Amino acid sequence: MSQSNKLYIPRDSSSLSMGAEKVALTFKRALQASNLNDITIVRNGSRGLYWLEPMIEVETVDGRVAYGPVKAGDVDSLVAQGLLEGRQDHPLSLGLTEEIPYLKKQQRLTFARAGIIDPVNLNDYLATDGYKGLKRAIEMTGQDIVDEIKVSGLRGRGGAAFPTGIKWQTVLSAQSAQKYIVCNADEGDSGTFADRLQMEADPFGLIEGMTIAGLAVGATQGFIYLREEYPHAHEILNQAISIAAQHSYLGDDVLNSGVAFHLEVRLGAKAYICGEETALLESLEGKRGMVRPKPPLPALEGLFGEPTVVNNVLSLSTVAIIMARGADFYKAFGMGRSLGTMPFQLAGNLKYAGLVEMAFGITLHELLYDFGGGSFNGRPLRAVQAGGPLGAYLPESQWHVQMDYEAMAALGGVLGHGGIVAFDDSVDMSVQARFAMDFCVIESCGKCTPCRIGSTRGVEVIDKIRANVDRQDNLELLEELCETMVDGSLCAMGGMTPFPVQSALKYFPADFAQ
Amino acid sequence: MGSSSKTSSDAKYSEMTAVEKASLKATQAALIGTHIDNNQHRLGPLLPILHDIQGELGYIPDTAISEISKRLNLSRAEVHGVVSFYHHFSTKPRGRHIIEVCCAESCQALGGRELQQYAKDKLGVDWYQTTKDGEITLEPVYCLGNCACSPALRVGLQILGRVDNDDFDELVDELTTVPLTLIANA
Repeated sequence: MSQSNKLYIPRDSSSLSMGAEKVALTFKRALQASNLNDITIVRNGSRGLYWLEPMIEVETVDGRVAYGPVKAGDVDSLVAQGLLEGRQDHPLSLGLTEEIPYLKKQQRLTFARAGIIDPVNLNDYLATDGYKGLKRAIEMTGQDIVDEIKVSGLRGRGGAAFPTGIKWQTVLSAQSAQKYIVCNADEGDSGTFADRLQMEADPFGLIEGMTIAGLAVGATQGFIYLREEYPHAHEILNQAISIAAQHSYLGDDVLNSGVAFHLEVRLGAKAYICGEETALLESLEGKRGMVRPKPPLPALEGLFGEPTVVNNVLSLSTVAIIMARGADFYKAFGMGRSLGTMPFQLAGNLKYAGLVEMAFGITLHELLYDFGGGSFNGRPLRAVQAGGPLGAYLPESQWHVQMDYEAMAALGGVLGHGGIVAFDDSVDMSVQARFAMDFCVIESCGKCTPCRIGSTRGVEVIDKIRANVDRQDNLELLEELCETMVDGSLCAMGGMTPFPVQSALKYFPADFAQ
Repeated sequence: MGSSSKTSSDAKYSEMTAVEKASLKATQAALIGTHIDNNQHRLGPLLPILHDIQGELGYIPDTAISEISKRLNLSRAEVHGVVSFYHHFSTKPRGRHIIEVCCAESCQALGGRELQQYAKDKLGVDWYQTTKDGEITLEPVYCLGNCACSPALRVGLQILGRVDNDDFDELVDELTTVPLTLIANA
């Protein structure tokens, strides 16, 4: 077998957190020591198969083959056992990457390039159909682009699931000299990392999607509001934006279309509430991240009072795919009113945690067991929180739910941004309920009373229940408090904080009984 | 915060002579001015300015709040309100290293609460406090997006996954060990 000339070592946050940098350095030294200077180490994103990270890939005539999880100490034996020829003799050999069942079973559209390309190599992006969508959009009118997005059925992937095309229509129809595209990259939900992976593995996809949005609605300036907790994404986005600008994919005249689009990354400063779109806009303006009442809609009066599209990273990145391959292609995936694919994120106590992009309709049980492989530590799973810290805790009896916006809502659950956090049977659900309230205490913007005061009272009442002080009265009080927060809060923070609490009470009453 | 959270930077400052204090203030003022200059032309410049100042000084000194309010034509209360709203910004000097331990659900599901407690015990501090030697400040963080490799923590620009108590010990050792070359040069 001939020697490969390309070695892929991931550089996304999670791979780095498992030691990818050290592995890369060790490979570099090993190659230098053996005078193998014609072998290039490509720092790709991650495929999102995180239990295998750092997962090293080698290009062979049959396709890329993988090895993982690789530690620096494995490098010598991997090289000795023919890694550079793509041989599969080493115990860490995983065979052809594309044939790994976890990956092969997936339907990757938004994440088609994740882990395959060098995230900051424009040629890699162009070679994998990158900027095909933008080139098509340039030939179309704004209205035609908006119509295409409407037909695709794309709904906001941040969690609210509002139809993207309708939001764009409102901004397109608004009359204003200045409009903005704002990307919500404040991915604060625990158990979610799809935005991060997208930005770190395929940043041009997001940049292209935002540029298309700008063309569609007539906005010339875009902002990516990125959470401070994502330093690697920050660096990669800035590199990619600067490369895109150098090659006229951004700037005063995008690809000689005569249309301008400028893009800038802005960092948040650790505030969960800034993932709420109006708080995000306040923060971008340089203010406290206080929620604004709606109306006016941000689509009409958004950033600095101008018509603004606020979309999640995944929504905007998916726009590039829809424009490249057509709305009909995209909407052929999914079910009911949830069309296309959803990047689910398996997290918490799961054996095979990672990114699973599938058409809507897969069941939670399939995700937990067919993909997730059950618990990480071998204990039975007991509760699953889907949709982030504001999502309900679901017991095993509910795991056959199909993952679709309406089906989840029907059982009081939340699909949200697609995060799934699994807990084993050692979890105390009264502690999780208390945490839900406490998180709201810490992160509430304080604008409305049910959220600001209700969450503090919620913690106190749960503490009393746990301490067996007037249990029955306090359980009733907690129910009433939850209802008040749901009905009376200004935004989803206070309005949904009760979901994990109410579901814990409903499905796991024994945990509140002693 | 109580006096127990007083950092070594505070201590060193109190030991300085008046001339040293004045010179430090002048350097800080110049830096603050530069960061305001660099960002003032931007739309919504306040957060970028605060990020740059904290990035360089490690915190937002009181003098920065006055200077920003003057230059951006805001009241001191408005600037202070923004600084105090965001968990990221600190108005007190912190340790040489900031360790942020994830406290969110995914990490809770894999021993995150035990790791939080271990970190506090090991360093002898509570959240937002700094070790007596001024080396490490411990802070909570709500999700680092490393949920597939829980429990996670962050130190500076580095994120670590599947962290256990031994890993934490190792990290603290690394952070508090001064390389021999530095000592030799000192």
